[in-house]
Amino acid sequence: MSRLLSPGLVRGLLPPLSLAALLIAIFWLQPRTMSYFGLNLLLNLAVPIALATIAQMFILCVNELDLSIGAFVSLVACITATWLNDTPLLGVLALAGLVGIYALLGALIHLRDLPSIVVTLGMSFVWLGLAVLVLPTPGGKVPDSIRTLMTLKPPYVPFPILASVLLAVIVHLVLMRSAWGTVLRGAGGNPKSLARAGWSILRIKMTMFALAGFFGVLSGMALVGLTTSADANIALRYTLLSIAGVILGGGEFVGGRVSPIGAVIGAVTLALAGSFLSFLKLNPDWQIGAQGAILIIVLALRVLISRAEARA
Amino acid sequence: MSVSGLLRRPWLWAWAGALAVWLATAAFTGGRGSTEVLSTALVFGAFFVIVALGQMFVITLGPGNVDLSIPACMTLAGTVSMKAMAGAASMIPLGLLLALLVGLLVGTLNYGLIRLLRIPPIIATLSSSFIFQSAAIWWNRGLRVKPPEMLAGFTTAKIGGLPFLAILVVVLALLGHILLTRTIFGRSVIAIGQNPRAAHLAGIHVERVRAITYLMCATLAGFCGYMLAGFSGGAALNMGEEYLLSSIAVVVIGGTSVAGGFANVPGLWGAALFLFLLVTMLNTFGAGAGIRMVMTGLIIIGVIVIASGGKSRN
Repeated sequence: MSRLLSPGLVRGLLPPLSLAALLIAIFWLQPRTMSYFGLNLLLNLAVPIALATIAQMFILCVNELDLSIGAFVSLVACITATWLNDTPLLGVLALAGLVGIYALLGALIHLRDLPSIVVTLGMSFVWLGLAVLVLPTPGGKVPDSIRTLMTLKPPYVPFPILASVLLAVIVHLVLMRSAWGTVLRGAGGNPKSLARAGWSILRIKMTMFALAGFFGVLSGMALVGLTTSADANIALRYTLLSIAGVILGGGEFVGGRVSPIGAVIGAVTLALAGSFLSFLKLNPDWQIGAQGAILIIVLALRVLISRAEARA
Repeated sequence: MSVSGLLRRPWLWAWAGALAVWLATAAFTGGRGSTEVLSTALVFGAFFVIVALGQMFVITLGPGNVDLSIPACMTLAGTVSMKAMAGAASMIPLGLLLALLVGLLVGTLNYGLIRLLRIPPIIATLSSSFIFQSAAIWWNRGLRVKPPEMLAGFTTAKIGGLPFLAILVVVLALLGHILLTRTIFGRSVIAIGQNPRAAHLAGIHVERVRAITYLMCATLAGFCGYMLAGFSGGAALNMGEEYLLSSIAVVVIGGTSVAGGFANVPGLWGAALFLFLLVTMLNTFGAGAGIRMVMTGLIIIGVIVIASGGKSRN
């Protein structure tokens, strides 16, 4: 028994268990959600949040923090709902350019040894300003292809679940199981020895930031595919949600210790927390607060488990 | 102090930037309204400095230490105190006391999470800020209660042409400077930021110093929320929003090391004036909201790049 339930295993199981507990509570409160359409509605908005969380995870993996991802996703949403729809070529070029800027930010932060918190805080202004310039008033129109994809109704399994699982598995395989992924994570774990072994930390940081930018772009497109129109402030809260999601999923702030599967689970948990609270008929004033409380409870559980781990 | 010694002062860049931006604005308008701009900058800069002072001590504690609950704390303190005073002048001291108590409570909860649950400060203050923000919404349902006239008058008063609030905050900054450079507490904060283990071995009560720092930061945020609500005609639910970025930006642009262990107070005023005057300048040039934000962001990053270059050369 004690071998079966080692603290390490419990620690790994904590994110999925929290999600399961939340889901069961929701099903119990509102049995109608336990259907294809119920789940679809419940989990729809979790997809863009999960994508943004994966983006944040790549940054956290190299010991940096991105406080601009929410503004970035907003900007992508605005570009998707305007340029990408009206002049697709310009839209694609702009989005590719944004990924490039992310890579350059990684280079700048690494080369000048800058605090990523401050640089990305500054960038959040830049992204938001650009979003306002692209789309001064809420509106725009999502390209049909994205809308079709986001409202796909595959048989048996609702699209959000399929997309989340696919996302988690692909990123897990690339980052956790491949040799390349191990090198990437090494830049967070022990950059010095990695550099001595001949790898370029600069290139790794640029890659990780570019990956973050890429998933940020996907997040913005997915979001606009669901909401059909955009505004400059549409995803600002994603910054905090994404950080919380990674940590909730078992990631650490330093040392390259992250988990893609955990991050997706963490993001879905946070997205569900909102629905759970509305089913509880909790005063809507306390919606945000309860998200904070859930975060604190899960982290507290983790501390208890680590203490048990230390004792074992 | 020799010229080269002056050039190495970490706060110099912030003040130089503030001066340059002010002169550029004055040149554009042909000097019209320059003193009024400066007077407004002193008032808004004062609010920045109050919260940045607390944030500076927190950031100086070392990597990972930052207080993200400042906006929520300001909003909650502003809301609670305005509602309690309900516009009555006789309640002004009680309102202030309540605002400071809210700050103390926020700080206690933040530090409790950091210490007892070992949550990294970023996540701890982030999660707690959700709760405080909700509490502020619930407490007042977003209604704006007018501050007592006397408080509003106090926050906008001028003495000899200078805003009284700015004078008050200059004194506060002076006290902060003395606290940082001349007291055991201040030196302990810096020592912990440079090397917590060495600080512990040297006999510093690391956790006690950390606790006081987080409490002080939240209390200052509560004070700022009270003053800002008095100044801007009541507490609004988004009143603290811009202070998340500015509290950190002012500290870092002011020459305090974001990695901890090095701090200075004069830079806070320089950076606060710089940030406000920068926005004023872009406004004067007729830039729209979008351009203004892009420029603000780029200039903040530019300042960080230049400041860090100076550090590595030394």
